[in-house]
Amino acid sequence: MMKNCEYQQIDLEALSTPAPTPSPQPVTDNGKEEEKTAKKQRRKWEVFQGKNRFCCDGRIIMARQSGVLPLTLGLILLTSVLFFIFDCPFLVQHLTVCIPVIGGALFVFVVITLVQTSFSDPGILPRATPDEAADVEKQIDDAGNTTYRPPPRTREVLINQQAVKLKYCFTCKMFRPPRTSHCSLCDNCVERFDHHCPWVGNCVGKRNYRFFYTFIVSLSFLTAFIFGCVTTHLALRAQDGKGLVFALQESPGSAVELVICFFSVWSILGLSGFHTYLVASNLTTNEDIKGSWTGKSGAEAATNPYSHRNIFVNCCSVLCGPMPPSLIDRRGFLSAEEEAAAAAAPQATSREVELPVLASKKDINVGSKCVSEESPARPASRPRAPPTPPTADRRRGGGGGGERTGHNSAVNSDPARDHRPAGRGALRHTAAAAAGDAHTHTHHNAKAHHKRTHRGARSALDGPGGTRAASPGVGRSSKDRRNAGSPPPLP
Amino acid sequence: MATEFHNLQELRHSASLVNKVFVQRDYSEGTTCKFQTKFPSELESRVERTLFEETVKTLNNFYAEAEKIGAHSYLEACVACSTAYLVFLCMETRYEKVLKKIAKYIQEQNEKVYAPRGLLITDPIDRGMRVIEISIYEDRGSSGSSSASSSTSGSTAR
Repeated sequence: MMKNCEYQQIDLEALSTPAPTPSPQPVTDNGKEEEKTAKKQRRKWEVFQGKNRFCCDGRIIMARQSGVLPLTLGLILLTSVLFFIFDCPFLVQHLTVCIPVIGGALFVFVVITLVQTSFSDPGILPRATPDEAADVEKQIDDAGNTTYRPPPRTREVLINQQAVKLKYCFTCKMFRPPRTSHCSLCDNCVERFDHHCPWVGNCVGKRNYRFFYTFIVSLSFLTAFIFGCVTTHLALRAQDGKGLVFALQESPGSAVELVICFFSVWSILGLSGFHTYLVASNLTTNEDIKGSWTGKSGAEAATNPYSHRNIFVNCCSVLCGPMPPSLIDRRGFLSAEEEAAAAAAPQATSREVELPVLASKKDINVGSKCVSEESPARPASRPRAPPTPPTADRRRGGGGGGERTGHNSAVNSDPARDHRPAGRGALRHTAAAAAGDAHTHTHHNAKAHHKRTHRGARSALDGPGGTRAASPGVGRSSKDRRNAGSPPPLP
Repeated sequence: MATEFHNLQELRHSASLVNKVFVQRDYSEGTTCKFQTKFPSELESRVERTLFEETVKTLNNFYAEAEKIGAHSYLEACVACSTAYLVFLCMETRYEKVLKKIAKYIQEQNEKVYAPRGLLITDPIDRGMRVIEISIYEDRGSSGSSSASSSTSGSTAR
């Protein structure tokens, strides 16, 4: 069958390479160096299959679209520079020299954590090797496919006595570990996926969540600090009956800072509060939006199996846990087998690349803030999926649908959605509903924050983050569903 | 060390790969790294169950030690936070130290236990910490029929 042939082809090439190695024995360090100089050995980042950009020979990793990261950096720099130029001299004179010191420290902290959030690996899971993928396929097929329906691509595991469904990722060809989700913008499965943040131009996941959290908290402090200082500055200037207008004329930079800070402090503070709530309950934004553990969409009441039931322990485990290693080893050198596999791979990935291109364009058009769900344009690719052999279809067009249901409930305690029949039409419906949900969030936020973001809410405005205080996910998500606009039109 | 490594390479080149077995993750305790100790049926004729379980249990213990949240990790986190996480650029984290220990352990197990039995364990970090990949080799010196008959289930190679 087709799928067997495909895996076989890749595998034969991979297996044939070890035998005819130029220097069979003994392979010492000298041999390796000779190989390197003979043909320039490539590093793993050069054949990375996700949609990421690499700089500095693989040291820096970013999403392909940097989103509004330049805007974020620009706003922070602008506000801070104006602060140091216009407000600090006056305040040092009238108050204390500590003000620029504190401001400077906060500014440096914010920029460093922003850069680390944007340029580090969020916890990307490398795609399954062909052997592994074949093994998983075999297990799925062995799971009893007697009917014409495609075999279910889910696996249920018990985590702390809580049933959790693991979904199969068609792009990465593996069952996603718990709390892992596939980011359509980066085309990677990310561990403990929180959301994809265009403000930092990267996914936020297991490895960089602590950077992200530190960034938004320190940014809240910085914004509040600058806001307070500017207000004090203008108040001091305006006293003795001189008036605010006079003060603003004397210090025009302060006016700009005032506007930026006023509009951003609320959203950033709200976002920090929201993420503090998430950290305290050991939740991700993704799980909170989907309501995975609140059980509102399912019959059974699900509890978060990852929570330690203690706020302090949760905070420690999320923020003070050991730093996990990067699994993609971007600066490692490719072995001979991997080179061969990479040479064969472009045929397989080029097909899948077609789908995400449409997706990303739609994303930009919608003007979404932080998208934690898959893009809505997946349905665009679906009409291409012909009603032919399920396995082939599932990998390409139908693959989008499989992924979407995966995205809807990567760690699924949302049985209502999953119990829909596995027909393609039903998948599309599920997809549209979920996409509608995602868009509800982003649309709602877009309306509410339009002015603010135009000015400069420089924070990562996650779906529900915004101005709403750190209210529990239940209220927020249900409110958004009620406000649901129509799902985006399917082309 | 060089001669031992030499033997492993020889195994790779002189033997033909027959099959690969994947030991999956055990998520019963959450997302911490832990592998299933269930003995795969394909290895029944190749290695003793106790040896295999011992290997997997030791690996699980290593990972548990790496991911343990205690005084050491708090200290590391506090120091890192106060330096805006710049310390990660110059310092090796505890996890990385344990990963080195794991790599050494796997190398040692391969040399002592698995290579003599025609098996090879791949470090899980090379497979995204998702599986322990065990490659089953058949010696090319032995008759071809044995390699053909040994693996019945969907062999990846043939």
